[in-house]
Amino acid sequence: MLISKPADIAPSCITSETAFQNRRKFVQTLGLASGVALLPRAAGASLQEELTPERIVTSYNNFYEFGMDKTDPAAHAHELTVAPWSIEVSGEAKRTGTFALEDVLKGLSEEDRIYRFRCVEAWSMVVPWRGVPMKTLLEKFEPTGNAKYVEFTTLKRPSEMRAQRSYFSGIDWPYVEGLRMDEAYHPLTLMVTGVYGKALPKQNGAPLRLMVPWKYGFKSGKSIVKIRFSAQRPVTTWNVLQPDEYGFYANVNPAVDHPRWSQAVERRLPSSLFSPNRIPTLPFNGYAEEVAYLYAGMDLTRHY
Amino acid sequence: MPLAWLAYAIAREVSAPGTVLGADPGEAVVEFLGEWGIRILLLTLCVSPLRRLTGNAQVAGVRRMVGLFAFAYLALHFSAYLGFLALFDWALIVEDLSERSYIMVGLLALIILALLSLTSTRGWQRRLRRNWQHLHWGIYPAMLLGLLHLWWLTKDGFGDVVLYGTLTLVLLGERLALSWYTYSGGERKQ
Repeated sequence: MLISKPADIAPSCITSETAFQNRRKFVQTLGLASGVALLPRAAGASLQEELTPERIVTSYNNFYEFGMDKTDPAAHAHELTVAPWSIEVSGEAKRTGTFALEDVLKGLSEEDRIYRFRCVEAWSMVVPWRGVPMKTLLEKFEPTGNAKYVEFTTLKRPSEMRAQRSYFSGIDWPYVEGLRMDEAYHPLTLMVTGVYGKALPKQNGAPLRLMVPWKYGFKSGKSIVKIRFSAQRPVTTWNVLQPDEYGFYANVNPAVDHPRWSQAVERRLPSSLFSPNRIPTLPFNGYAEEVAYLYAGMDLTRHY
Repeated sequence: MPLAWLAYAIAREVSAPGTVLGADPGEAVVEFLGEWGIRILLLTLCVSPLRRLTGNAQVAGVRRMVGLFAFAYLALHFSAYLGFLALFDWALIVEDLSERSYIMVGLLALIILALLSLTSTRGWQRRLRRNWQHLHWGIYPAMLLGLLHLWWLTKDGFGDVVLYGTLTLVLLGERLALSWYTYSGGERKQ
């Protein structure tokens, strides 16, 4: 079980001293939380790839609520108020209603997970997330047998999210993403509350965002305010906007071409002009062993 | 001027990667050159209306220079794509050109502009005579293809496309109105 030897990551791979110390903490956390050891190995903790520096993780973001440029979220997300925060739960579940964030997270144990993060725009990062396994969070609401999908809605607050006020956006806010229940319950799927051992910065989707490491980044909605369990497949933002480009599944797949970017390769950030750090993209972003069974028998060129 | 900034940024990229151009500098350089290329191309289209407006005939020489600058930026834009994004991976480039129409459309615009740049000298002007004018109206299709390129590659946030598109339509409208006027009786008055 690789998860039990996170020392595979050389200290030199970790950029800042604080991050290094967090790693210490994280090793301890792993050691203590014996339950974690039951997770499939790619819980990712042992990923032997260099971390993308915190500076880049928190300053190079796609969060279109704050603008289309990569630097817009870091520049404008401070306008957002994230406390108090509540989550509205609805649909096919026994416990529905509006819950304070603290109550949603109460009793759940946070874990540190290092995941590859692959954007559909053909760049990628390696990020040390902190969060709770999605399954443990969703089970709190006791979804019924009718729940086949779960839908996550991002905050819509034009007064604090400036690009939601733009006349030149085609997006019908709020941003909606969704997963099949078995995808949401997969041990790799995380509801993220922090990154680099700290509370999640607003530009990264504070206070609560998804992380589904085998899917393109846009599947991992940020600043979640609604969770809805349903029998039908949710209508998701990019899929509605450009169905031929962004499928519901959006599993990282180098074999399925995209009309804008070749998905065969990726630029692992930081990329520099004269050594672009280009690497081949792996099926399911390198998590095929853990997740491919979820899609057994499906034609992935059709269900992209 | 933008080129001077870019040269500085690239120099900094060598000495301290990531400081000026960000985490994904290849993308940043390509975007920068493309955006300025389109702006300068728009500027080129403004020169003749400005001449008609002010009656200053000297601007004709400026027009050539501005146009050549636009071509230079866009040629660099394409080269930066080839070098910094596609890494001269020809299989990938062929895939891009055949599957991603925005790249094909952009290349088409660049080819038109290359042709115009090549024939921008006085010698070619003399050789082609009246045809030279007709050929150089090619800047309008090039501009429109460039806008199409920008439009198709934009995921969301169409402010730039709307801005540049509106300006182009105004300039194109002015040009069309003028030739319509010349054809339908305007000539007789001269």
